[in-house]
Amino acid sequence: MARSSSRRPGINRRAQYSLFVSYVIAIAGAVTGLLALLLAKADPAGFAVLRAAASETTRPVAATLSSMVSGIGSIDEHFVAYINAGSQNAALRRQVEANRVRVIEAQAIEQENIRLKKLLKLTESTDAEVATARLISSSSTISRRIARINAGSLQGVATGMPVRAPEGLIGRVLLVGPNSADVLLLTDSQNIVPVRRASDNAGGISTGRDDGTIEIRPLSAGANPFHPGDIMVTTGTGGLYSPNIPVAVVVALRNGTAIGVPLASPARVEAVMIERPYDANIPPPPGAPEEGDNGEKQGQ
Amino acid sequence: MNGPVPRLGRTPSRWRVQATPIICVMAGSTIPALLPIISQSPTLPPFGLLILIGWRLLHHEIWPLWIGAPLGAFDDLMSGHPFGTAILLWSLVMMLIEMADSRLFWRDYWHDWLIAILACALFLGGSLLITWASGSKTPLLLVLPQLLWSALLYPLIVRIIAAVDRWRMMA
Repeated sequence: MARSSSRRPGINRRAQYSLFVSYVIAIAGAVTGLLALLLAKADPAGFAVLRAAASETTRPVAATLSSMVSGIGSIDEHFVAYINAGSQNAALRRQVEANRVRVIEAQAIEQENIRLKKLLKLTESTDAEVATARLISSSSTISRRIARINAGSLQGVATGMPVRAPEGLIGRVLLVGPNSADVLLLTDSQNIVPVRRASDNAGGISTGRDDGTIEIRPLSAGANPFHPGDIMVTTGTGGLYSPNIPVAVVVALRNGTAIGVPLASPARVEAVMIERPYDANIPPPPGAPEEGDNGEKQGQ
Repeated sequence: MNGPVPRLGRTPSRWRVQATPIICVMAGSTIPALLPIISQSPTLPPFGLLILIGWRLLHHEIWPLWIGAPLGAFDDLMSGHPFGTAILLWSLVMMLIEMADSRLFWRDYWHDWLIAILACALFLGGSLLITWASGSKTPLLLVLPQLLWSALLYPLIVRIIAAVDRWRMMA
């Protein structure tokens, strides 16, 4: 292909001018982008409205496609599964052996639990759940892990709400449009969740690694207390996620941290539940001011 | 049917000539937001950028130099990058292609491919840097598959653009 003609204006003064102006505008465009980035860093919510509008326009098609197709989402997992087939098989077999015993124990505990709850006349509180939605698409071209759900502010979803599936934690709501919302997945490196081991209370901090796994750092200094096969659940610390939502299973240890795989794979879950932040569920302590009064009296 | 046939003495409407490439790029930016793929790592190549480069290298005077900014803004909204990423990087890509164009006397198919790969590397690397600046810790290795898919997909995208271009020029 021969080189451009009008972009090499020669001695034509008018053409030289317009070429110069086009360069000026292009550089101004690049600088605008840079300014927008700085602005977005200073005020992350600034462009949320634009982004929400874009997500609204793509929602109908994405929701239709996702309802027609199921299973494509886990395509990358299938590839990885083939690569790791041997070691994964052995690990899974060990886990099944361990789980068989646990299931029996759990059944017994469940029976006991039902009995005790009846005794206490407790009922499951169901007001935590705001909406149920499906994951319809995701940010598959960028390095952040953000998925989109087909429920938004009209369904009562608000920024910061935890999102979970029956199998475990999915993430939290990042951005809300009228009928759609973006969810920051558990595996994003900016999503930090306080967790603890389900069997005892060994605490840790879970951070995403952006590749479908999470990293669990122990809270206590010293040797890493976690082992492959450990199930991690949320602690409820921080007031966002309610306690005891399953988070991940530890699969490997690396450099003093544990590598975990989320128990709820966003690619495979059918439906997700958007819940109220855990703090909002806690009623204010009854008679708190009275206790204060008592304290004062005692002081006098 | 033998497909569209050019008619003597007719020129395609201005709207079709000018809007087709822009709509192509916007469609490329939108596709990943429509697909029901919940990916666990960056998997899909930047379609919008590949189509932009394809049109630019096919017709050097199709767009003014600053087209990277508005189309990049649209891509940012669709892809979920921090707003401004593609505005900045697409503008840079367009200017760098312009400079390469003024140096290269002849451009072969392989030159085009190399330019596309370098532009994708610039975009993916630049957007990763911007994500790092906003607090993510994505390892560099994770975007290499994306670059590979981009390189492999580019010839196909050039073919599609050529077919669309044929339709565009038919009156």
